[in-house]
Amino acid sequence: MPELTYLEAIRDGLLEAMHRDPRVFVIGEDIATYGGAFGITRGFLEEFGPERVIDAPLAEAANVGAGIGAAVMGMRPVVELQFADFISDAFTQVVNMAAKFHWRTGCALPLVLRMPYGGDVKGGPFHSGCMEAWFAHTPGLKVVAPAFPEDAKGLLLAAIRDPNPVLFFEHKHLYRYQRAEVPAGEYLTPIGRARIVREGGTLSLFSYGWMLHKCLAAVETAAGEGISAELIDLRSLAPLDRAAILTSARKTGKALVVHEANRTGGVGAEIAALIAEEAFDSLDGPVMRLASEDTPVPHSPVLEAAFQPTIAEIVEAIRSLAAY
Amino acid sequence: MGATRTTPAAGEILSPHDLLQMLYYMRLQRAVEDRAVKLYYQGRIPGAYFTGWGHEAIAVGATYALGPQDLVAPMHRDLAAYIMRGISVRRVFAQFLDREGGLTRGRDGNIHMGDPRLGIFPFISHMAASVPVAAGMALACRQRGEARVVLTFFGDGATSTGAWHEGVNFAAVFRLPVVLVLENNQYAYSTPLDHQTACRAFVDKAVGYGIAGVAVDGNDVLAVYEAARGAVAHAREGHGPTLIECRTMRVRGHSEADKFSYVPKALLDEWAARDPIALFERRLQSEGHLTPDADRAMQEGIAAEIEEGLAWAEASPEPAPESVTEGVFAEDEGT
Ligand SMILES: Cc1ncc(C[n+]2csc(CCOP(=O)(O)OP(=O)(O)O)c2C)c(N)n1
Repeated sequence: MPELTYLEAIRDGLLEAMHRDPRVFVIGEDIATYGGAFGITRGFLEEFGPERVIDAPLAEAANVGAGIGAAVMGMRPVVELQFADFISDAFTQVVNMAAKFHWRTGCALPLVLRMPYGGDVKGGPFHSGCMEAWFAHTPGLKVVAPAFPEDAKGLLLAAIRDPNPVLFFEHKHLYRYQRAEVPAGEYLTPIGRARIVREGGTLSLFSYGWMLHKCLAAVETAAGEGISAELIDLRSLAPLDRAAILTSARKTGKALVVHEANRTGGVGAEIAALIAEEAFDSLDGPVMRLASEDTPVPHSPVLEAAFQPTIAEIVEAIRSLAAY
Repeated sequence: MGATRTTPAAGEILSPHDLLQMLYYMRLQRAVEDRAVKLYYQGRIPGAYFTGWGHEAIAVGATYALGPQDLVAPMHRDLAAYIMRGISVRRVFAQFLDREGGLTRGRDGNIHMGDPRLGIFPFISHMAASVPVAAGMALACRQRGEARVVLTFFGDGATSTGAWHEGVNFAAVFRLPVVLVLENNQYAYSTPLDHQTACRAFVDKAVGYGIAGVAVDGNDVLAVYEAARGAVAHAREGHGPTLIECRTMRVRGHSEADKFSYVPKALLDEWAARDPIALFERRLQSEGHLTPDADRAMQEGIAAEIEEGLAWAEASPEPAPESVTEGVFAEDEGT
């Protein structure tokens, strides 16, 4: 199997989908001639032509809305947001037009929004946001956030096949973070299914995206201290894999959720509430959350480091929960 | 010269002093940005860095038409507008370096700065988001009976957004005292004009909104000034917004990380030969306003201002990590 970066895996998935299905096309700012701000669609214009690789004007509402229109007509549009932060300009199209469409009409809306998101890229408050909770809160939208190259490709292909609007959150810090084996050709990573990354018995750790990798490092440190943490990559935030979350929480009796998005009203709150409601009898300690501060993402590297959960903080939280 | 931050009220005839002031601000913008580019390549400016190289005549010409009480909502290629309205070079560098002394105290980077106390509305990344805000600022001025004008800048790409259209329409409907300065530099990141708009000229869009429109050579500071002076007077008299299309070319990458190989070399050469600062220098020299002595004094003044400003910024501390949660809400400091 080829070793690909997360970025290359997304590119590979898109290529695969476009070769396989003539209904798939991409639209976004600077994605054709330039190949996209991050180079995901480099070379696509030459390969698929301007009808399927469309450089759009600087207008998120128009680009997302056009994606919706094309999807209704039976196409499979993939809209690239240059940065996920700019989705705010298309809010009505996403949360009112796309999200409620099937509920109102009974018809499918196979739309994918590719959303480069997240921090540790020195981007500041308008280029580094984690806004997945805005959308996980909105019925009718699916929200996925892969942490590994293999899942990035598999979830993208699943999103393109899905008859619903899917927001595909790709973490910018992970684009070139690691290389890993990625199966060639088409394969689907099911949406709505979490994955156990490390098995353990003392406590359960739930995370996704870039923080999943910080959790991995923390879990290894904790293992050196004799604490066996089970690490779950949620992968899909809407729908959440409730069964996997509850199974692990019941097994270990202790749960910690770690995410990069702001703490208040984040996905972690939903997971904590779920465990408290459904697995209270199995708990041996409080469900804990580690998340970024409730501020916009600061630009200064010093402040951003203080803003995001660190590996040391995750290790500390694991220790205190294990000792509880 | 650096201490003088005054601009003449719209309508005055430009004095030789004004002409030199305009050159000074154009050169100052270029000098700050040249220095910042070096800092960027030394890895000392975190994040992305954008310059307004070649846009100086737009920033300076338009801003120079404002009166002391007027307001501005700039964008990312008009650094001089920030400085001319009262933000010091020191604080600009501190902002670029993410220091405590920057306008946002390390919270936001590069040109995302402003100071409402100085009448400068801070820019955000979301293109054209300031346009409706500028309309609202103008509305407030009129509600309070203040004859103040709001000048706002945006790029050609920004004109495609809903916020732009909604903001322009709002200002037009209520005949608000807003001056809309389009920095048409022919590219929005890699996107050329014909992928941005089907209009032959942006200025034609003014017709659709029922407002005044004028197109000028964006590399000619006096042409920009004249257009802006007229638009400011028009706004102050209650006739509403004017769209000023300033035609120029982005002669560097979108940001410093962009190698801009998608731009035809000939186009770059053509515009490099029309550098707004060089054009204005030649004019002032031939008219006898820029003597070798005045030139040297100005250059030395700018160099000193850069050195002093950068040293001040470097002496400014990094923000304290513990301060990360501060500042989300106002306590009791109203506006
Ligand atoms: C709403 C929004 N979408 C996308 C972007 C990403 N982006 C940043 S600058 C830029 C191009 C801006 O072009 P223009 O408005 O013409 O200004 P210029 O940079 O050319 O001066 C793009 C697409 C953004 N900042 N805001």
